[in-house]
Amino acid sequence: MNVIEVKGLKKSYGQVHAVRGVDLSIPAGEIFALLGPNGAGKTTTVEILEGFRSRDAGEISILGFDPQTTGHAARQWRDRIGIVLQSAADAGDLTVIETVKHFSGYYSNPRNVDEVMAAVGLEEKSGALIRNLSGGQRRRLDVALGIIGSPELLFLDEPTTGFDPEARRAFWALIEQLRGIGTTILLTTHYLDEAEALADRVAVINNGLIIEVSTPAELGGRATSQAVVSWRDGSQVKSEATDNPTAVVARLSAHFAGEIPELAVIRPSLEDIYLKMIGGVHE
Amino acid sequence: MNKIPSALNLGIRRGGLEIRQFARQRESVVFTLLFPVILLAIFGSVFKDTIAPGVTFSQYFVAGMIASGLVNTGFQSLAITIPMERDVGGLKRLRGTPMPASSYFIGKAILIAVSMIIQIALLFGFGLLFFGVEMPTEASKWLTFTWLVLLGSACSTALGIAFSIVPKSGRGASAVVSPIVIILQFFSGVFFVFTQLPTWMQQLAAIFPLKWLTQGMRSVFLPDSFAAQEVAKSWETGRTFLILALWLVIGTFFSVRKFKWDRD
Repeated sequence: MNVIEVKGLKKSYGQVHAVRGVDLSIPAGEIFALLGPNGAGKTTTVEILEGFRSRDAGEISILGFDPQTTGHAARQWRDRIGIVLQSAADAGDLTVIETVKHFSGYYSNPRNVDEVMAAVGLEEKSGALIRNLSGGQRRRLDVALGIIGSPELLFLDEPTTGFDPEARRAFWALIEQLRGIGTTILLTTHYLDEAEALADRVAVINNGLIIEVSTPAELGGRATSQAVVSWRDGSQVKSEATDNPTAVVARLSAHFAGEIPELAVIRPSLEDIYLKMIGGVHE
Repeated sequence: MNKIPSALNLGIRRGGLEIRQFARQRESVVFTLLFPVILLAIFGSVFKDTIAPGVTFSQYFVAGMIASGLVNTGFQSLAITIPMERDVGGLKRLRGTPMPASSYFIGKAILIAVSMIIQIALLFGFGLLFFGVEMPTEASKWLTFTWLVLLGSACSTALGIAFSIVPKSGRGASAVVSPIVIILQFFSGVFFVFTQLPTWMQQLAAIFPLKWLTQGMRSVFLPDSFAAQEVAKSWETGRTFLILALWLVIGTFFSVRKFKWDRD
């Protein structure tokens, strides 16, 4: 059974049709990225799956539960999922360790507190008051609170916004750890390189509809699209779009009798493909 | 597989966390806990006369201060701080965990009850030492006092949580909540002798719990002979209990049904 199963999801706010019929199937253990510009219906979709918003139509099963379930069933459901929201700035007067320990008490099967602190790289800040943390440290605390309950499914909403490159790499390593223990992850991000590095599959959502679901390598025909070969010829930089870049390189190699000056073979990046798919509208 | 912790267990843990957070906000700790004492000092120094044979204004005022302390500490502080917690995303994060709403409410109730007990102890201490306030001697009066504090604290907590849905933002909450509390205090006979207020003010105040809490506290701290000077010529203890219980039910109903975890 899939961890996330969504059929015909619809949601309107008055006259605005935010989500117009979204289908999603995400199997256990998959890291799935949902991409889309602001206002595409991404946040609405995710918040419905997280149980924060109601829906107008559609069937949803998350770990076998309807997110709109209430009472004890809702607690059993939430015991098995983790949510990292876009930003929370509460509890400034508590220390990091106090907060992580307290949240661990909410779950039936919490992870070891020290292990989680180490996983997010906050051991050294363990005794610091939350209000004295930097933005990036705060974000790592958000992640710690999201994974403390050993979730089978983790929602990550733009987890690395505001991270420096080093912190992002460390975060990606943490996600790889979670992949290793079989956690299913639904990720939304604005960073296409992040989606490419982490996701098994990506979906592009625009105007309330999923345009395509694919692997990052194949999205939008990326794997079969033309490559661009560029090189320097005297004072000029030349380039050639081709379906057979190897043949072009071989030809150039023969032409220059060896090393080709400033040779580059460029495949379209995920970002190029994505921008083309959503009609060049990006932020 | 372990079981999910019970709502009561989590509520008690939330209470501990709430107290710890509160205790670290030094300015607000000092101000909240000593505010009634400061008011008693001011009013006790200004009004030196007696309002009835053997009843000093300080004695009358202690009853009003405990009653309005319950409203300030519960209703006012929760109706202001909960929208602030909501603004910064703290409530939404809690909503995403298996912790149920009832645990969050229990945690708040524990914080308010503990804060009230400390406040009352300070007020008694200063009142006895500096303002000649006399403590009741009959066991029955202490019994009334105990249920008034517990019921009043619960009622104030429930109404504070319920009212937290009204302010749109944490920033504006104080502007919405504080005037309501101050007006209620004037109307309910906290700062003035209730029977000297205009009749319409008395009648309006009788709808809300503060008037009944204040009157109930008077029944504890003033001699029984003073009951004859109340509007109803009696302490109306039974009616006080019913009205506070009714407000507790109303507050709990709206807290459970309408509580807002998210700003939009």
